[in-house]
Amino acid sequence: MSFIGWSQILLFFALVLAVTKPLGAYLFRVLEGDTRPLPRVLGPVERLLLRLCGSADRREQTWVAYASSLLAFSLFSVLIVYGLQRAQHLLPLNPQGLGAVGPELAFNTAVSFTANTNWQSYAGESTLSYFTQMVALAWQNFVSAAAGIGVALALARGFTRRPGPDGQKTLGNFWVDVMNATLYVLLPLCLVYALFLVSQGVLQNFAPYSQGVTLEGASQTLAQGPVASQEAIKTLGTNGGGFFNANSAHPFENPTPFTNLVQMLSIFAIPAALTYTYGKMAGDTRQGWALFAAMSVLFLAGVAAVYAAEAQANPALSAAGQVAQAGNMEGKEVRYGVAASALFAAVTTAASCGAVNAMHDSFTPLGGLVPMVNMQLGEVVFGGVGAGLYGILVMVVLSVFIAGLMVGRTPEYLGKKIEAREMKLAMLYVLVFPLFTLGFSGLAAVLPQGVSSLNNAGPHGLSEILYAYTSGTANNGSAFAGLNANTPFWNVTLGVAMLGGRFLMMVPALAIAGSMVGKKVVPAGPGTFPTHGVLFTGLLVSVIVIVGALTFFPALSLSPIVEHFLAGAGKLY
Amino acid sequence: MSSPASKPASLLDASLLKPALVDSLRKLHPRDVARNPVMFVVWAGSLLTTVLVVKDVVSPRPDAAPLGFTVQVTLWLWFTVLFANFAEAVAEGRGKAQAGALRKMRKDTTARRWKDGREERVPAPDLRKGDEVICEAGDLIPGDGEVVEGIASVDESAITGESAPVIRESGGDRSAVTGGTKVLSDRIRVRISANPGDSFLDRMIGLVEGAARQKTPNEVALHILLVGLTLIFLLACVTLVPLALYSGVPLSGTAVVALLVCLIPTTIGGLLSAIGIAGMDRLLRKNVLAMSGRAVEAAGDVDTLLLDKTGTITLGNRMATELLPMPGVRMEELAEAAQLASLADETPEGRSIVTLVKDAYKMRPRELQAHHATFVPFTAQTRMSGCDLVDPKPRSIRKGAVDAIVTYVHSQGGTAPEELAHASGRIGDAGGTPLAVADGARLLGIIHLKDVVKGGIKERFDRFRAMGIRTVMITGDNPRTAAAIAREAGVDDFLAEATPEAKLALIRTEQGRGKLVAMTGDGTNDAPALAQADVGVAMNTGTQAAKEAGNMVDLDSNPTKLLEVVEVGKQLLMTRGTLTTFSIANDVAKYFAILPALFMGVFPQIAPLNVMGLSSPFSAVLSAVIFNALIIILLIPLALKGVRYRPLGAEALLRRSLLLYGVGGVIVPFVGIKVIDVLLGAVGLA
Repeated sequence: MSFIGWSQILLFFALVLAVTKPLGAYLFRVLEGDTRPLPRVLGPVERLLLRLCGSADRREQTWVAYASSLLAFSLFSVLIVYGLQRAQHLLPLNPQGLGAVGPELAFNTAVSFTANTNWQSYAGESTLSYFTQMVALAWQNFVSAAAGIGVALALARGFTRRPGPDGQKTLGNFWVDVMNATLYVLLPLCLVYALFLVSQGVLQNFAPYSQGVTLEGASQTLAQGPVASQEAIKTLGTNGGGFFNANSAHPFENPTPFTNLVQMLSIFAIPAALTYTYGKMAGDTRQGWALFAAMSVLFLAGVAAVYAAEAQANPALSAAGQVAQAGNMEGKEVRYGVAASALFAAVTTAASCGAVNAMHDSFTPLGGLVPMVNMQLGEVVFGGVGAGLYGILVMVVLSVFIAGLMVGRTPEYLGKKIEAREMKLAMLYVLVFPLFTLGFSGLAAVLPQGVSSLNNAGPHGLSEILYAYTSGTANNGSAFAGLNANTPFWNVTLGVAMLGGRFLMMVPALAIAGSMVGKKVVPAGPGTFPTHGVLFTGLLVSVIVIVGALTFFPALSLSPIVEHFLAGAGKLY
Repeated sequence: MSSPASKPASLLDASLLKPALVDSLRKLHPRDVARNPVMFVVWAGSLLTTVLVVKDVVSPRPDAAPLGFTVQVTLWLWFTVLFANFAEAVAEGRGKAQAGALRKMRKDTTARRWKDGREERVPAPDLRKGDEVICEAGDLIPGDGEVVEGIASVDESAITGESAPVIRESGGDRSAVTGGTKVLSDRIRVRISANPGDSFLDRMIGLVEGAARQKTPNEVALHILLVGLTLIFLLACVTLVPLALYSGVPLSGTAVVALLVCLIPTTIGGLLSAIGIAGMDRLLRKNVLAMSGRAVEAAGDVDTLLLDKTGTITLGNRMATELLPMPGVRMEELAEAAQLASLADETPEGRSIVTLVKDAYKMRPRELQAHHATFVPFTAQTRMSGCDLVDPKPRSIRKGAVDAIVTYVHSQGGTAPEELAHASGRIGDAGGTPLAVADGARLLGIIHLKDVVKGGIKERFDRFRAMGIRTVMITGDNPRTAAAIAREAGVDDFLAEATPEAKLALIRTEQGRGKLVAMTGDGTNDAPALAQADVGVAMNTGTQAAKEAGNMVDLDSNPTKLLEVVEVGKQLLMTRGTLTTFSIANDVAKYFAILPALFMGVFPQIAPLNVMGLSSPFSAVLSAVIFNALIIILLIPLALKGVRYRPLGAEALLRRSLLLYGVGGVIVPFVGIKVIDVLLGAVGLA
């Protein structure tokens, strides 16, 4: 560990802190307010899009209607993305003449991009045409992020709306939310961001792949394409699906330390800002800052752990007399070094992004444990765009319940009572994650179709399996690598895990919103405990850690933890 | 008889333990266990390991875990279920003992039914709602009802534990009688208001026995949390089997079941129903009968408390506290006149004037006869009382409402001094009532009648405030008087010139703002408000209508009892919350005990994870299972007594509980498991 390394981490965090309030306030204005920028130009576009969705009247929806719109839209998206991949050889912008994508892979990819996961069982440059990348994947990168924001807004409205005497049943309009998030947040930010990336050397062309000769005289194919336009939304929308197989480790995707910093910042920007937006919605920004603080504590602990682990030299190399001053550099880009790679790994897994600039497979066992734990905490450490907010709000429901009991009051949050129905939905939400992660991992660990894809044996192989299903269910999309996931078994099971991890969690979250929105608000008194103080933040952190750790500790102790002790004893996999 | 008010059975009374032990065995029936999903998992796990034991005995395998280990784990798993059953049985047992005492009282008496103007003798169980019965001195009242004719003194000690007899009379707010109580004097006719099996006594027996017990809303929510956690751990443990298979770690079924049972929240799961039963029981000990657990829980959440002024905040009657002579009148003169005007006045106010003059001005009351005095009683027309004297000279002394006396003085040819309006205004501002005293045409002065706030009431309200509960005083007084008393008593707000409609409206407004309202009441005109309030505590001395409308009955008829009710409600939730936290926090240590033990055989390198330094893998698993079982027994007293409530404010309370039961819950099992491990090693069981 070095001073420079820590400075990079702290600088990054300071930047996140700096953008949270202004961006959060802007999000509040365009997503919850009445005035949006450039009404002359964007107003007609807005109205046209809403007419297309059949929501020209912007009528508010109940949670059932909201969820139905979400599911219908997502099903439509899966079908479109699947169809485009299957027919890409017939479509334009395919200079390499790439053929149709196979059915299981096309299913997996369609689900993956609709669920904001961007798990990639394929290598972009050898599988997908420019048309597929731009029309199918980039489009999904925008709208799946916007849909996440929509669900987060709906849940936030459920907690923060003050019902009138007749109660309240509606949570906003899904189509309006998706449209606002896309048109006023994601598109304009990505436009500026993509231009910046081009200025740093990221590609943006439709050229066929070029051939080059290396210094050694070997011939090399240099893949081309409209990268910058996709790269921007890849990180800003916490999607993470790289244009190329090497993702953000590829010099055409992430050429400089500066782009590396901006990419990390763009991953956290919206999830962090949404906490402030939430505070504004609650009419008390401290409520938002409390969530931000809980996320920050977990994030910084994770970064510190992974940096500490990666700054250590590989014990086997040290034993062999190789002195690796820079720490564990296997699988890392020298452009970024240990600190920026460790930070990127923590950021991308904390925030459900899944872009990578280093191979997590090559991390030390404990260094690889942190990204996995980040995801297993339920993607609430800033989390996916929108998903992080609704995820942590569900954890708040659990924390408030336990805390409420301990002070002798029926638990309430923002003045609304938490009752049996909300507990049922929150537990359903919490159960989905281990069900898909542990269930499929157990299956893959014993079935030949699962084990045959592994490149490593022993605990490390188990880490690869566990990481894959964790990443899929958490809608993260990053890979531990070392696993050949492009087989029918893996494509289908991971596809199912991604669907479950997205929609089986979104629907209970919306149902909680629906049951909270109409509840009477009890004014706070001395008997109600504040949900913005240090104490509550600490409780929230403990609940997140305990729920996550208790669920996955047995599985983790057989994979990275045991590997760590074995590595210490000189046994490697 | 031993009324509910009598001595509380000591926590683990020996006479209660034996039936509880029998009951805990009886509760092993799958039908009983299945009601509690957490314990059902333990029960099923115990059954599974029992099968494994039998299998190992019948066909021993060389690679199986040692038989001694499997047998011991199995035994302790069964103990875990038994301990949880025992906790519930003990809690129920205490209720049953009380119910038994109550049932003795429900003797089948013969009733004297009054039908078509004549009396007939029928067994009490044959009485139906609407029948009328005659009760005379010495009779037991055969059923709940309303006095429709007559007045009698009744011994209600069987129900209330209060030995002083109470007066029951037809009409008004003192007309309700309870079956099983005894008429001491006079004769009354009672209209029966409950069918057999539906009477107050029956309901009371049902409640204390737990027969009518349903899960409260909050209990249901907690149950869902516990079931959810159980499912998560079930997933974690079941999937561990294939993961271990992949890793080449042989896992015995016994070890997996042991891990599962240790992880699922058995501590709170096993004690949950005992906590609920004990809460109702605690309330009953305070002589409050809650019609449902829901009401008790709601009491813990009360935001606003409505209290009647008279009898609750102030003593029932106003008392004279001061005499204010008008200019030119001597104090002795006024005191003497006030005394003379009040000597024949038997109202509490009148007596308090005599007492004041005697105590403060050392004037002994004189015999009216000696002065040939004639008493002038109070009438609604004159609104004054007093006396006319003949000897030594004719005098007409009057006291009464200020305007009435002024009118009287004018009629006698006198005038009222200017000072009068000022003085009476001052008294009104202070929350008192001014009474003017005149001797013929001379206005002598003013008596200050004051509502006397009960001693200690202010401190009680401070306690409510610390809990976050707002108190509102309800009174028929004018706003000025009400404000002064409210200030003196320390209530947060008041409703003056209250009518039943105004009370109801106030409750609705508060509820409209999302607040939970509690109120106490006894009169029939309180019934709508009692029904509307979230927690309505009816006084046992009140009317049947009031008792029906409320969801609790206070047998002592003490309106400030609500404080205790609120505390019990809060305790109930807190006990559940703290034990849940403790239960979950315990899991950390159990992981560190069991997981290294499971994997150490294949991966000896993970020894550093065995932070407790447990002697062997078998001892580690066994110690965790034993700790898990024993902690249930150790926490039974806490579950029955409840966590102590302190009015500290929510944040301080939460910090305390988190430290004690959260952090403590992490540390305690590390110590406990280690101690058990050492003991097991010492006696050579593992």
